[in-house]
Amino acid sequence: MQEILPYLINGVSVGGQYALIAIGYTLVYGILRLINFAHGDVFMVAGLVMVYTTTALPMYVALPLVLIATVVLGFVIERVAYKPLRTAPRMSLMISAIGVSYLIQNLAFYITGGVPQPVTVPIPWISENVLLFGQSTKRVTLVTPVLTILLVVGLVYLINHTRMGMAMRAAAKDFETAQLMGIKINAVISVTFVIGSFLAAVGALLYFTNYPSVGITSGAMPGLKAFVAAVFGGIGSIPGAVVGAFIIGLCEELIKGLGYTTFSDAFTFALLIVVLCVRPTGLFGEKVTDKV
Amino acid sequence: MLKIENLHVAYGGIQALRGISLEVPDGKIVTLIGANGAGKSTTLRTISGLVKAQSGSIQWNGEELLGKPIDRIISAGIAMSPEGRRVFADMTVLENLKIGAYLRRDRAEIQRDLEWVYDLFPRLKERSWQLAGTLSGGEQQMLAVGRALMSRPRLMMLDEPSLGLAPLVVQDIFSIIREINRQGVTVLLIEQNANMALKTADLAYVLETGSITLSGTGAELLANEKVKEAYLGKHS
Repeated sequence: MQEILPYLINGVSVGGQYALIAIGYTLVYGILRLINFAHGDVFMVAGLVMVYTTTALPMYVALPLVLIATVVLGFVIERVAYKPLRTAPRMSLMISAIGVSYLIQNLAFYITGGVPQPVTVPIPWISENVLLFGQSTKRVTLVTPVLTILLVVGLVYLINHTRMGMAMRAAAKDFETAQLMGIKINAVISVTFVIGSFLAAVGALLYFTNYPSVGITSGAMPGLKAFVAAVFGGIGSIPGAVVGAFIIGLCEELIKGLGYTTFSDAFTFALLIVVLCVRPTGLFGEKVTDKV
Repeated sequence: MLKIENLHVAYGGIQALRGISLEVPDGKIVTLIGANGAGKSTTLRTISGLVKAQSGSIQWNGEELLGKPIDRIISAGIAMSPEGRRVFADMTVLENLKIGAYLRRDRAEIQRDLEWVYDLFPRLKERSWQLAGTLSGGEQQMLAVGRALMSRPRLMMLDEPSLGLAPLVVQDIFSIIREINRQGVTVLLIEQNANMALKTADLAYVLETGSITLSGTGAELLANEKVKEAYLGKHS
């Protein structure tokens, strides 16, 4: 037990990071029926922006700047690459998303010269070591799940109890009828991307501050894992994405704790295959056949 | 008053409306009847802004509606209860009604209109915490009408409100339509049930493949031989 405990704690933390990314996938899917393949790259860009801003600016300027830049990026991606395809077949939208993903990676390659950018100024306080159950760990490990839960609670409140949330739920079900209520669909979709990007940016701060460097494909793996978490939980469902992310995070770390580190990634993707075969709607997904 | 002039609408290459003109005077019940695909729904969808017109004009109290975004058209006092009811199935009855007032900010007045809708449809009040998807077809239609009323429209457009409902329920729906009209809301009604629609309406238009072929008062069209033969299933 004593040996497994740090892995459990780590698992909850990793799960929180996946959850913050997974919500972005699931929100966008819920409203546009689109797997936003660029989401992992948005996460990576947030990491790069963090590296650049924290080295040049004081923390209290740098961190808000990361959030703002990422949110703007998410907003612009939707307006430029997805909005013109509103009435196009869904496949076109998906291909556009893949295009955006490669575009961002290549732009990042151009800017960084392909060299992973070292994280030289980790975020203070959360990067400090603390003792937990006799084990030394970074404080971010504890902060991540708490912050994740707080943000999820806030998001659920927004969706269930505010005017914008009501508009989002209506638009997710029926674009046309939502419009007949006076809801501006494009504004709702923009807000969805803004929220998704904001959470990804928070996730990136928590994730990369513990990381040696940020490279152009650094978003790919966490992005994919979070995507699996969203599918596992039932894509389109926010509680599903969060629960799925925590389960995957815990499982991965437990597998590492048992000494099978090489298999931890394989486990996640095997899980994806099993879920798609056995229960394609995931844990909390709706029973609609016309999906994915 | 709503005044449509020479309205042309096409979907892709298909001409859905070929220059229709019609008027919906204030305080009246006006109905459009016609077969499937005649362009009835297209007319309502164009008025509400869901569909773009090629040419023509739609004037609402002298103001041009064509080219205006949907939310502006709703704010101008036009609401629509869509075909197939389209209530938000996983929201409660109360939430469905509240979302009908989405564009309004006057809380006290919204509350008053909510009471008004509950008075019109006591059944909705009983079920206000139930999910809309669990309601019967007739109750869902009442909810769709109530939801549209929550924007406090001066013109209410109803797309096939009787579709798929039992005859007794259809009677209920039509008596509610008359009641809403009595309370000062102008009604533009689309129906396959031409008999009921013509009996209810002050004015009626017959649409055939995108053109208006006949018009008159409801009573006139009820007595019209062509209408009887084509839409009322009576052979003289």
